[in-house]
Amino acid sequence: MQEEITLEPVLKETCHVTKGDFASAGSVSSGFKRKAKQLGLDTSLIRMLAIAAYESELNLVIHSLGGDLTMEIYTDRIALISEDRGPGIPNIELAMQEGWSTAPEDIRALGFGAGMGLPNMKRQADNFSITSAPEGTKIKMEFVLK
Amino acid sequence: MWYHSVRVDRRKCVGCTNCIKRCLTQAIRVQNGKARIMDNLCVDCGECLIACPHGAMVTAMSSTAQLTSFRYNIAIPSPVLYSQFKGLWDIEFVSEGLKSLGFDYVYEEAKAAEIVAEATRDYLLGGMAMTPSISTFCPVVVRLIQQEYPTLVDNLIPIEAPIEVAARIAKQEFCKSEGVSPEDVGVFHISPCAARMTSSKKPVGCTKSAINGVISIMEVYGDLARFIGRAEGEKPIMRAPRAGAYGVGTGMSGGVGIATGTSRYLAVDGMNNLVSCLEEIENGKLSDILFLELSACDCGCVGGPLTFEYPYVAKNRLRRIANSLPRYDFGSDKYITDHKTKEFVGLEHPFSPKPVQRMGDDLVTAARNMEKAEQILKDLPGLDCGSCGSPSCRTLAEDIVKGTAIEMDCIFIMRDKIRHMAQEMIELADAHRRG
Repeated sequence: MQEEITLEPVLKETCHVTKGDFASAGSVSSGFKRKAKQLGLDTSLIRMLAIAAYESELNLVIHSLGGDLTMEIYTDRIALISEDRGPGIPNIELAMQEGWSTAPEDIRALGFGAGMGLPNMKRQADNFSITSAPEGTKIKMEFVLK
Repeated sequence: MWYHSVRVDRRKCVGCTNCIKRCLTQAIRVQNGKARIMDNLCVDCGECLIACPHGAMVTAMSSTAQLTSFRYNIAIPSPVLYSQFKGLWDIEFVSEGLKSLGFDYVYEEAKAAEIVAEATRDYLLGGMAMTPSISTFCPVVVRLIQQEYPTLVDNLIPIEAPIEVAARIAKQEFCKSEGVSPEDVGVFHISPCAARMTSSKKPVGCTKSAINGVISIMEVYGDLARFIGRAEGEKPIMRAPRAGAYGVGTGMSGGVGIATGTSRYLAVDGMNNLVSCLEEIENGKLSDILFLELSACDCGCVGGPLTFEYPYVAKNRLRRIANSLPRYDFGSDKYITDHKTKEFVGLEHPFSPKPVQRMGDDLVTAARNMEKAEQILKDLPGLDCGSCGSPSCRTLAEDIVKGTAIEMDCIFIMRDKIRHMAQEMIELADAHRRG
């Protein structure tokens, strides 16, 4: 019997992330992780999702003017979408390099901004796409169920 | 199928809801005025036992009466036992005290802890370890990870807990030196920990535990305290190899890390701290920590629910006792290197994830149920008061979807309904009068 591949997500959730809100940083990705666990998804998939969601959320807090993090769960894959209002990434190629960081000094003093976020996410995901303009950056990652 | 050592004594339970809010796996509900622990969610941590003001949470442990089931009996005391007695100046008196209770041989869990520490060190330096590598001393930690943090099962160090190792070695050594058969020998752990009883009945790393029973420290405390108080004269001789400072120190949080001898370690104790720590690891943090020592109980095993002494006093005593003992160099100790073999410290099968499907057996059903629960949640007051018998409004919403609760269980919804009905009755009475 062939398994039905749905075009609609089985579960979709979008949460807002506020610029500079370190107190709540991690709460959105924790919520996504909890839902993914409740759905009984494969544990290695949950692990990758947890780390990618956390990194994305931190990026929105540290680098963006604010944005939304969305999780879409399909029967065959999970999609994680990060969309913000700006300021945009001037040089995407540089940003995708390991160790390159534009995090300000005060952020680096807190232990963040090691420059590993984007390359890490690309490495973890099965599909990765990033577009950016001063009006906003959109990152889409997909993790395929194996 | 299930075995849990922590249980509800329904005669004492008044249905107060203190326990349901304390449980970290939301395993408890109050229904029909009594608390009920759900077998598939309980990890035997004993938080409910500590939370209950009516003594209604009890532990089902072995007792010294069971020694009569065996021809010979071996006691394996936790090092925590040593910390319970004021004025104890030599551990050997504890050993002699246990013999007076009917044990033929005493083997220290602390000695096995040293063997496990050395085996762990080999594993951590072997290059195959997934960081942070998590110690498996605490049975609650192993079960909590399998059930609630299954993504971290591969971080668990594939080495048996010291108590299991001690039981295997002690049984073998005793049978060999006395020329008796293992079936005639009972191995009893003297423990601060209720979860250890569960792990001996339903072990995780092997099919059958070498431990025959787990006796609470509370049960033997009185007799031993009297024995130690009377003890005087010549120092008794202990036959089994003595544990040193590092082994005895494993009874306190931080002690296992020190015994393992790695500098990149972190010790976390207490259920709430443990849960936050595990969440952080799942988010990708703490990967620069090589060894992670996690204990469910505050201060480590000295804080276990079956102890007599206040944990901070016990911890201090244990530190002083440990400092008076030699610091063995495990690497060059023949006894330790001889016993860190797979036969004694190895797992029969690797740890496996055991997640509980709370919302449905398949993805689509679970998603649908979760969506239904979100809708129901909108109608609930959001006070998480626990009066309905579920720990939070969210869990009540989930219970309603699963069919184990109804919306009317919420007293606020019921109160609104009654108010509405009362209003309707007033209107009805008015209409009747006018008519």
